Amino acid sequence: MEFIKTPKVENVRLIEQNTRNSVEGTLYLTASHLIFIDAASKHETWLVHTHIQYIDKPSIVQGGSALKLRCKTFQVLIFLISQERDCHDLYSSLLKLSKPETLEDLYAFSYNPRAENLKQQEGWDLFSLNNDFLQMGLPTRYWKISRINNEFGLCDTYPKLVCVPSLATPALMMGSAAFRSKRRLPVMSYLHKNDAVIVRCSQPMAGLNSRSIEDEAYVDLIRRSKTKSSDFMYIVDTRPMINAVANRAQGKGYENTDVYENIKYLFLGIDNIHVMRTSLNKLLEACEDTTCSMSTWLEAVNSSGWLRHVHNVLQVSRFIAQAVGVEGRSVLVHCSDGWDRTAQTCALSAIMLNTHYRTIDGFLALIQKEWLHFGHKFTHRCGHIDGDGRETSPVFTQFIDAVWQLMRIFPCDFQFNETLLFDLHDHVYSCQFGTFLGNCAKERQEYSLAARTYSLWGWMMKRTHTYINPLYKAAMQNTQDDNMLLPPTTPHFVRFWVKMYNRHNRGLLPRQNPMHSVANFKNKTDELKNKVLELKRQKRQLETQLGIVSDPAPVELVKAASTPQMHQQLIPSPLKDEERTTSQPDLIQLKDPQPTMMNHTPQSEPPKREPSPTKPTPPIQPSTDLAVVFTAGESPDELEHSMADLIVDEVNHGDLISDATHLAE
Amino acid sequence: MSKEECKYKDQQLLMYLLSAAELYQPNSLTGHHLILYSQDGENKEYWILHKNVDSVEKRYSQDRNALIFKCKNFKKYQLTIPSFEDANNICSSVEALSCLGKPSLQYPYFYRPTFKFEEDGFDLFHVEHEFTDLCKKSDQWRISSINLHFKACKSYPSQVIVPKLIDDRAIEKSAEFRQDGRFPILSYYHTNGRVVMRCGQPMTGTSNKRCKEDEKMINIILGPAHRGYILDTRTSQSATNARSKGGGFETEFNYPQWRKIHHGLQKHKVQQESLIRLVEACHDQSTNSEKWQSKLESSNWLSLVKETLSAACLVAQCVDKEGASVLVHGSHGVDCTLQVTALTQVLLDPLCRTMRGFLCLIDREWIKAGHPFASRCFHSALSNQKTQMEGPSFTVFLDCVFQLQQQFPLAFEFNSRFLCELSRHAYASQFGTFLCNSEMERRQHKVQTKTVSLWSYFLSEEVLPLHLNIIYESCNGVIWPSVAPHSLYLWDG
Repeated sequence: MEFIKTPKVENVRLIEQNTRNSVEGTLYLTASHLIFIDAASKHETWLVHTHIQYIDKPSIVQGGSALKLRCKTFQVLIFLISQERDCHDLYSSLLKLSKPETLEDLYAFSYNPRAENLKQQEGWDLFSLNNDFLQMGLPTRYWKISRINNEFGLCDTYPKLVCVPSLATPALMMGSAAFRSKRRLPVMSYLHKNDAVIVRCSQPMAGLNSRSIEDEAYVDLIRRSKTKSSDFMYIVDTRPMINAVANRAQGKGYENTDVYENIKYLFLGIDNIHVMRTSLNKLLEACEDTTCSMSTWLEAVNSSGWLRHVHNVLQVSRFIAQAVGVEGRSVLVHCSDGWDRTAQTCALSAIMLNTHYRTIDGFLALIQKEWLHFGHKFTHRCGHIDGDGRETSPVFTQFIDAVWQLMRIFPCDFQFNETLLFDLHDHVYSCQFGTFLGNCAKERQEYSLAARTYSLWGWMMKRTHTYINPLYKAAMQNTQDDNMLLPPTTPHFVRFWVKMYNRHNRGLLPRQNPMHSVANFKNKTDELKNKVLELKRQKRQLETQLGIVSDPAPVELVKAASTPQMHQQLIPSPLKDEERTTSQPDLIQLKDPQPTMMNHTPQSEPPKREPSPTKPTPPIQPSTDLAVVFTAGESPDELEHSMADLIVDEVNHGDLISDATHLAE
Repeated sequence: MSKEECKYKDQQLLMYLLSAAELYQPNSLTGHHLILYSQDGENKEYWILHKNVDSVEKRYSQDRNALIFKCKNFKKYQLTIPSFEDANNICSSVEALSCLGKPSLQYPYFYRPTFKFEEDGFDLFHVEHEFTDLCKKSDQWRISSINLHFKACKSYPSQVIVPKLIDDRAIEKSAEFRQDGRFPILSYYHTNGRVVMRCGQPMTGTSNKRCKEDEKMINIILGPAHRGYILDTRTSQSATNARSKGGGFETEFNYPQWRKIHHGLQKHKVQQESLIRLVEACHDQSTNSEKWQSKLESSNWLSLVKETLSAACLVAQCVDKEGASVLVHGSHGVDCTLQVTALTQVLLDPLCRTMRGFLCLIDREWIKAGHPFASRCFHSALSNQKTQMEGPSFTVFLDCVFQLQQQFPLAFEFNSRFLCELSRHAYASQFGTFLCNSEMERRQHKVQTKTVSLWSYFLSEEVLPLHLNIIYESCNGVIWPSVAPHSLYLWDG
């Protein structure tokens, strides 16, 4: 690469930010990564160039020149380089490398996962829009899937498929699109089981006085597209009122309630991308200083306003979810262009409303739909390439944060864990995969990313076993209830996410992760369950072989057995991944799970050994017959033991859940 | 210790009580409880211990008379009572009954346990047991019965562990020299042979009085070659100020082997004010996010927690990493001193992180050590009374343990619910454990024979499983928590 002047610098010190401890090593610069190898421990630190957000070159420091790298993953690296010339070369190279000029210079176009078993095509077709529509039960009597945007003629930042009222004519849609900012007309984003929908769009070009008959008719059509048509629908403007009013002067603005009939208009006051950008920067500044006093810290967090913004986003989403789920009214959501705040709130509402979006597959599909297909401008917002700094904003980070807040309040309702959020967040910024490049579906098609780069989804699907939340209710109790998650309205519950923003500052993080133990525990229980099933099967086999028409006991057993069996049928596919982990020599497995299981494991061992010798015993030999009957008679006893263990386990599980809920609350 | 979560629950409850007021036979007052029961067939009953009532607020209007009972566990109950007279009567009775001063009239003396217990909690933890354990590690100590009749120190237990080489006469002298007679005694013996001691402040006064026996006693702990630290839980300013009232601190000149560290912790009064502000902030329904955060900040509660934790970490570091013994004292040595010494042991000693060990720790470092529970917990945060002796020292300690639990979820045998229960019982309880201010008072009121111990309850077969952390994995050794403000947050259990 032409930008790399010095590919290797020796005698570099990597300084730990808080302790001021440092390690000496060698710094390598490759086309895609910055690599630091610790001379003593050979520990390697890899940094993708695109993760670098700012490079700072503080003036003279003792012992050489310093280079401070602040990363999009909230890591801060300080290098001390002995030669000023080297340092300057590095600085200018990195400046160029971290901000490529075109999309095609990004790492994704050269990335090749040699070591991993990942094919280029893998993952690209995983979450198609059509599938998501089908999942919601579309088309219905009132809603259809339209191909009108197949050539991006209706709106160039929308996906090819859009879901619109079945009575909407192309003319009506074209008319509506013409009246909306960036032609982003109202299209359906989520259909709830009670027929109410969330519809998203951009602001109307209402200005001070203009109107569009088509748009008015189209919006009213949306309201009526229900079995039980309601007397009014909500239009949620996620902006503060003052911003919306200011937009009117530019010929944009908001729907006039005089001309749009039967709507209830609400301004819900989420601040714009610039406010969010400043807010997170302030928060991160506060994060860097870990020696400050409690009140300085609280003050800094408060003045950054980040928690307030997250709370606000959650509250707006809660309002939408409640309107749809509880009141059964349709909601039309927009902000200015309908790709930042609208994406956040629509996606969060969907998570609150539908259990499907709390599974791994559902969640990723939701991101594919609400963020990628509907044109959240990832290239601009994440600053993938060199461009206007004012276009960048941590909108997606904020969304991830909000999801984490939900996970914290409802620890048993999500199939996935924090790790998924971290991986997702980091790879949105890493540009290692093509998935999050480009600003909209059309742009991604133009660069033919699906053919030239790898998909993050494919990569993530290979590691689903690390994403499983062991406390996930649906997998454990096989309940399929459609419970809504409505977070509390008070601001007390929104908490600073230390594991995200101080992720690279190990000293601050909790020292132990209970989830490993829980996962371990759960695997053990599953193993036991399977063992019991196997034993039962063997017993039944034995009984049929012997022709024992048995007493009430087996009936009881069958009854009991049916529960775990049902269990297995109902468990969604990812559990299989989890079961796989039991056989894999995982890091978790190294730990001894004994303490929690002390009473059960020793007892559960013998039954496995007991019946196996009896199995091959042929019933032909009369002499051993007695023995067989004896062992067969004994095995229920053993089974009962295992069952008791199992019950104890399950009881423990219940405790575990309540305990974890308690902990988290 | 219930803040937010309970708040939500209470909201529902409150609504329920309000809407179903007619269904409720107003209430019946017993000697120790306020009992509400519904007549709508649900047979729900609410029992509120009088002592748990912090204050009663009257809201009389034309059509209804509302009484709001504010409890020490931060719950609020609202009752609507049709008759004005009734309401007034109930109010005044509850107010009188909630502030009974005399221990022997209180509920623990009337309570008869409904659970089976194998062990009597009062007999569970003895200084002799502790001493036998200690003897296995070191022969430098002995049990002194100097305080058998509480002459040397009113707030100490009858038997304490002191250095072997110091005789009772010297101790007597040292006791005279220390605030309230709280002479230096052993608090914790670490595996590396270093110790944590605690005492009251020396009464040096402005004239720099000294006491040879006290100096000898403290120096002998160290042995010839070692150095030690004296952790004063006051700032150096307030320690100096204390001299004008006869108190003071050890001078380096008289205690040459010791280095002084001042780590300013707030007094119990300030802590109480902080708690009041915090609870107020938690109960405020109307706050938005910004206000809530600034209220949280101005309540200063998290600072208290952080400072207490870092003081304990400091002591733990001195003992474990630097191999130095530490003497901890503040002014009286019954609040901050105990917070620090108890917390240090939680950090250093894995045994203290087990259920039994933790109970033993509380028994030894709080109850026997003379933390004045009766005075400190007389009122809680929702009282209208001006605070005098009240202070949530114990609650702060429990909050610190909670923070440790968050950072080390596997290291504790008990869960956070257990900590809440402890806090609740410290304020109002059917058990005698937290009654009175010192062992002497408890002896006078015959607490041991006439009431039931909370420990018996906690260790009984029915109750024990409720408070166990089921993912406990005993971990040996010291735990080093993070005390950066980023890692601490509000305990909302």
